[in-house]
Amino acid sequence: MPGTMIPSEFVVNIDQERCRRCKRCVLNCGFGAFEFKDRTVADSSKCVACHRCVVFCPEEAITIASNPLAFRENPSWNVDLRKSIWRQAATPGMILTGMGTDLPWLNVFDHLLIDACQVTNPSIDPLREPMELRTYLGRKPDRLEVEPGGNNGFRLKNKVSNNIKLEIPIMFSGMSYGSVSLNVHRALAIAAERLGTVMNTGEGGLHRELYPYADHIIVQCASGRFGVHSEYLNAGVAVEIKIGQGAKPGIGGHLPGEKIGREVSSTRMIPAGTDALSPAPHHDIYSIEDLRQLIYALKEATGYKPISVKIATVHNVAAIASGVARAGADIIYLDGFRGGTGASPAVIRDHVGIPVEIALAVVDQQLRKEGIRNLVSIIAAGGIRSSADVAKAIALGADAVGIGTAALVAMGCRICQKCYTGNCSWGLATQKPELTGRLDPDWGAERLVNLVNSWSTELKEILGALGVNAVESLRGNRERLRSLGLDATTTEILDVMPAGR
Amino acid sequence: MTLEFGDLYRKWEVDGFKVPSACGLSGFISQDGHLTGGEVIIDSMKVIRDRGNGLGGGFAGYGIYPEHKEHYALHIMFEDEEGKSRCEEFLEDSLEVEFSEEMPTKPIPQIQDPPILWRYFGVPRREKLAADELGSDDFMVRLVMNINTTVPGTFVFSSGKNMGVFKAVGFAEDVGEFFKIPDYSAHTWIGHGRFPTNTPGWWGGAHPFNILDWAVVHNGEISSYGINKRYLEMFGYHCTLLTDTEVMAYLFDLLVRKQGLPLSIACKILAAPFWDDIDEEKDQQEKELLESLRITYGSALVNGPFAVIVGHSRGMVGLNDRIKLRPLVAACKDDLLYVSSEESAIREICPRPDRVWAPPAGQPVVGELKGAA
Amino acid sequence: MAKTITEREPELKSVAVDAKGVYYRDLNSRVRELISEGYTEIVLDGVNGQRYIGDGLTDKVNIIINGVPGNDLGAFMDGPTITVNENAQDGVGNTMNSGKIVIRGHAGDVIGYAMRGGKIFVSGDVGYRIGIHMKSYKEQVPIIVAGGKAGDFFGEYMAGGVVVLLGLGEDDRPMVGRYAGTGMHGGTIYTRGEPGQHLLGQEVSVFSLEDDDKKLLEGILAEFFEDALVDGSGIDVNDFVKLRPSSLRPYGSKYVY
Repeated sequence: MPGTMIPSEFVVNIDQERCRRCKRCVLNCGFGAFEFKDRTVADSSKCVACHRCVVFCPEEAITIASNPLAFRENPSWNVDLRKSIWRQAATPGMILTGMGTDLPWLNVFDHLLIDACQVTNPSIDPLREPMELRTYLGRKPDRLEVEPGGNNGFRLKNKVSNNIKLEIPIMFSGMSYGSVSLNVHRALAIAAERLGTVMNTGEGGLHRELYPYADHIIVQCASGRFGVHSEYLNAGVAVEIKIGQGAKPGIGGHLPGEKIGREVSSTRMIPAGTDALSPAPHHDIYSIEDLRQLIYALKEATGYKPISVKIATVHNVAAIASGVARAGADIIYLDGFRGGTGASPAVIRDHVGIPVEIALAVVDQQLRKEGIRNLVSIIAAGGIRSSADVAKAIALGADAVGIGTAALVAMGCRICQKCYTGNCSWGLATQKPELTGRLDPDWGAERLVNLVNSWSTELKEILGALGVNAVESLRGNRERLRSLGLDATTTEILDVMPAGR
Repeated sequence: MTLEFGDLYRKWEVDGFKVPSACGLSGFISQDGHLTGGEVIIDSMKVIRDRGNGLGGGFAGYGIYPEHKEHYALHIMFEDEEGKSRCEEFLEDSLEVEFSEEMPTKPIPQIQDPPILWRYFGVPRREKLAADELGSDDFMVRLVMNINTTVPGTFVFSSGKNMGVFKAVGFAEDVGEFFKIPDYSAHTWIGHGRFPTNTPGWWGGAHPFNILDWAVVHNGEISSYGINKRYLEMFGYHCTLLTDTEVMAYLFDLLVRKQGLPLSIACKILAAPFWDDIDEEKDQQEKELLESLRITYGSALVNGPFAVIVGHSRGMVGLNDRIKLRPLVAACKDDLLYVSSEESAIREICPRPDRVWAPPAGQPVVGELKGAA
Repeated sequence: MAKTITEREPELKSVAVDAKGVYYRDLNSRVRELISEGYTEIVLDGVNGQRYIGDGLTDKVNIIINGVPGNDLGAFMDGPTITVNENAQDGVGNTMNSGKIVIRGHAGDVIGYAMRGGKIFVSGDVGYRIGIHMKSYKEQVPIIVAGGKAGDFFGEYMAGGVVVLLGLGEDDRPMVGRYAGTGMHGGTIYTRGEPGQHLLGQEVSVFSLEDDDKKLLEGILAEFFEDALVDGSGIDVNDFVKLRPSSLRPYGSKYVY
């Protein structure tokens, strides 16, 4: 950034003796940080530490270091705050960022420990004994009725309404085509099919080419209604109404015109080059009964497919969730404070919302208290980083979790937070053809399948250690969690016991 | 996580720990309704004495109060006289008590510090029933839950008609002697000897666990307890955290009595078949039924090792978990059906059965009382 | 009528004990006393539910049990022969090192757990988790034979030894339950007839018998029919198949280093 008086965050060092002058770094860097004059030269001010150059340099000649420039230490005025002021003084405007918050807020998952069986109850060995992860998302009846008949004595009298079958309690979160490339969507669709789970279109519509994956896609209907038409609505196993998003609760979305090329334009059904603006509220939902109206309109339009409602986790999320359940939603997707995004004002991303762990606990509790927990399946998302997080989320009450950031990281993302620039060197959060071609969808799908399978195996180990062989027995079983180092009030709100009790 | 028994705990030094149920079980039913004296079940329990550690034992007998068979028979333990008066006031309000007396017991050195033990035979007051618009069973469930969670120093440990649970801290045969079990005759008897792994001074923690005419004896530990309990709480059952067996009793009451599901279907919910087996089911109707049961009642799936024997006024069921981590053996002779943790407990009281078999994982053994009212 | 199974000791000294109502500690201690007094055959009458009979014994003695013994019969045993003329319960031959246990009836769950030598013959059915982690070392090869059917997790984790299942019995259930041989990484299972593929753990492969297998099987079965009083006239070794582990390291790819 010329002329802003801000020192570079990173310093790029090239070992010229090792440098082979192959110019791969020049070609690979999406941010234009390399140039070849008579030798390879780097402009550190453009470096975002995405490591594309490091990974592709055949001589390992490049190192990226934090700029060792010393700042007088000040816990209140950390360096980023000072830099933000310099930037805004130079150019007025909201500071934009990408991915999830990077501030050191308390992570509740990191203060929860999982139980294991010993002596009084055997653990189960998942490598040898059956361990069931299958999960159904949707409305469940309070009870079933049977009547005499059938070949085994009884048959069903009332049917269970449409549910989505997942082979594992992990799904891919919505990332819009526009914020990510078509190749990312392709990779997600292929992986979802192979894993027996679902991906979510995000608010950018569904490219025609992905319609064959319909059984593994949830189509999203967001406030901008991009690409929402009848065929689209019927192209997935469920429709999700996006009310909010964890990374930017309460505000809408903005995809700059530069990212609206021809394909994005035709999928979103807006002219190329125009900005794609998603309004903050749906302008047909100003109150809860309006939501009910939209839900049933969608049900009628799709032959009663399950309808999911995605909400950001804010302070009164429990009451909101209760309202959403009673408004007819079959699935509630809770997007937590640490969720990621392609673009958001930093101040919103870093300071608005509450963590999904706490939201999950209070929503599950509230719905049970009101006797309506059966009406909806709950999906928890927003910073799910490992199988341990998955297990803990399920124990707190989630039916399944959604992963967005983790999926991108699996495909190469370094979380450099520059998604909004459209210069993603890994070809993920960009529409530039020279960059998007870098992600081979099959390669991407394989990486995703490897990741989710690894987590599934780990999840089975955890279940085995807990002495249960079906994920239903962990779901909502807060007894199997203990808190460590959390304050008493939070522990009480989570309704778990502290370690030792 | 509130402990709802306050005073009761302090007296009997119980912490809020969930006590797992390691133990020995035995039970039998005469399906034609012939009555047998209680010494028989005691003899059976003696053989498997070593499955327990003397810190809990109990029995349930069905058909033991023929002269009062239309009354709910409440067995209640009181910490002290005040507890008793408080409770009797409470009862007066809701129940028309036809008859009450101290439970006949025989003091023996092996049973120490017994609480005050009384039994009351009565029916819900008509005007209360009408006002609350509850069936008498639901009324009684609520009454028992209320007493057990709000009246300090009391615990109702049996509340069915023409049946009774007897339990205490001690080996099963000693508990049997204490309560003079041989003096009772029943068509169905179940017995239990306990091996709790932490503080156990509380009589209420022994098995069988009861609600209305459901009596459950259980060997094992329920690892899904946390979610089973939360599921039941949605339907108004209060779980006390002191023994995981109670979720079994309440689940049977909810599924069979309240929701009207047949016993065999309830067993398919509690010991649900594996998805692999459901996927392979060729009969489409059956497959849809099994899938729907699991989707709807996933939170009622009981996970963890268990073998249970459940008694009720129409019969008896033996069931083990879906990978058979606890033993269960069954035998039959004429109209008698026997279920136990060990074959020797059956052979002690039935030396030459017609057939002995081990029920496969998750398959219930069902005995039914034929033609009883 | 009790039959003496082992080769005749030079001097047979037999005694009968009335075990009815005797607590297991007293019964087992009496058995040990009798052995130290030189008895080579001990008949226990009226047994019902006494546990730990024969546990830890190392003498070449013949114990005959009339009645249903309690759990853990012959656990850690190293030498004796025990014959049960009734059904047995759970835990028979737990970590047995050598000797022979013959059950003329059914046996319960967890038979021969971690067995490292000796033989267990059951004429009837066996329960769940039979032969878990049996292991052989050099000449010590443990053997289990069951005439009837077995429940789930048959031969789980097997690391060595030989298990034979005949599958006799009138009911129509399959001869093994699910997850048979799951975790198997050593040893051999012979079954009379091929179990359905869906019942086998993924670590197991099915093979046809070689001549060595047939010879071994014939020898074992001959001894089994005589000891367990099973009619072997209709049994043909050619009907058997062999189950072996597919790999010595079945879980090598489960970890990322």
